[in-house]
Amino acid sequence: MTLKQTPSQTVGPYFAYGLTPEQYGYEYKSLFGPLLAGPEARGEHIRLTGRVFDGDGVPVNDAMIEILQPDADGHFVASSSEARASDFRGFGRCGTGTHASLHFWFDTVKPGAAAPGEAPHIDVIVTMRGMLSHAFTRVYFEDEAEANARDPVLAALPPERRATLVARREQHPGGAAYRFDIRMQGPKETVFFDL
Amino acid sequence: MAAVVSPHAPVAEPLSPRDWASHPPYVYPAYKSTIKRGPTRPLVPLADAHARRRAPVYGHEDIGPLDSDLTKNAARNGEPLGERIVVTGRVLDEGGRPVANTLVEIWQANAAGRYVHKVDQHHAPLDPNFLGAGRCLTDAQGRYRFLTVKPGAYPWGNHPNGWRPNHIHFSLFGEYFASRLVTQMFFPGDPLLAFDPIYQSAPEGARERLVSQLNLDVVGEPGFALGFEFDIVLRGAAQTPMGR
Repeated sequence: MTLKQTPSQTVGPYFAYGLTPEQYGYEYKSLFGPLLAGPEARGEHIRLTGRVFDGDGVPVNDAMIEILQPDADGHFVASSSEARASDFRGFGRCGTGTHASLHFWFDTVKPGAAAPGEAPHIDVIVTMRGMLSHAFTRVYFEDEAEANARDPVLAALPPERRATLVARREQHPGGAAYRFDIRMQGPKETVFFDL
Repeated sequence: MAAVVSPHAPVAEPLSPRDWASHPPYVYPAYKSTIKRGPTRPLVPLADAHARRRAPVYGHEDIGPLDSDLTKNAARNGEPLGERIVVTGRVLDEGGRPVANTLVEIWQANAAGRYVHKVDQHHAPLDPNFLGAGRCLTDAQGRYRFLTVKPGAYPWGNHPNGWRPNHIHFSLFGEYFASRLVTQMFFPGDPLLAFDPIYQSAPEGARERLVSQLNLDVVGEPGFALGFEFDIVLRGAAQTPMGR
């Protein structure tokens, strides 16, 4: 080690026109957005949605959520050309400030397990005004109870905290939806990972 | 055919951890918004294999030709007001190796200290020829380069008559999912740094790395712009194997 890491700083309140411009209506192309899976993508098409709550239980209107996941077969997209060919992007970004209910959403496919013994999950990066460093968390799926019970990461958590990582399955007009709320603090504080 | 940035072969070396002696704490009460928004429980360690995932994928075809020139990428009928500046530097890992082909996204206030963002209500003028957002990929030496105007200071409600120092926001991914970094670049000699709880939230001895250096030699054309150099160090392989 010859150099030291550059310190993190907050994303602040004004990231929208730089990082999520199309979602917020700015005339600047978005490199990443809420759409991970186009119509041709294989697998079960789902919507992942949720809100971010601060320590007072108030929904946050200026958080930015990024997600990373494999495709329905558990394969991570390895190149832009592969993403185009499969109509599946594998990575998405959404701010919480464009809907009245302050939710984020991603249109994607339900991921397959990426490795033997792992339950299907989505990796999440959470950042917002008032966070000086981003935080990592994960989305597991309520209807994967058997796989979840065997998953080594979930198993290593105190049982009462596991539920903070498990998304609830609901229906929405387009099909299956999973709800994953993120609580920054409090008795149900979401599990955040150091990785 | 545009080059594809990823994938790379998986690396065998573990990724160095987040160096919490270099990063701010989640809750830093002088920056009031952290009090209700920073996680309070200890982070749960996750196995290194997950940290080294190469993601996301993007390519040169995603970057527009004017994306790194903020003086032109939103111009309507002229040039933006303000001091023209070149902002350049290298993205490196802790071993000093360049991080090539990595995405650097920036956003900033205009020269008057006003952000285009709709919720910015600061009573300063918008500039019809300036958006304030840019991006580029680093070259083989890890170098990025932007042409922009120097952002102004602006007031914020954190404390009475608080003003943010001039700064540019940076967002980077680096080589790995876990090397993600969102940070801010400041300007040398800014007297507001001493009063800024966001800058001060980074530990002493680390926060100084957020301040760019004046370097007039990076501009090229004399008399065209001021130059500022800002190197960024991301997490990388934990150690350099013998022979590299």
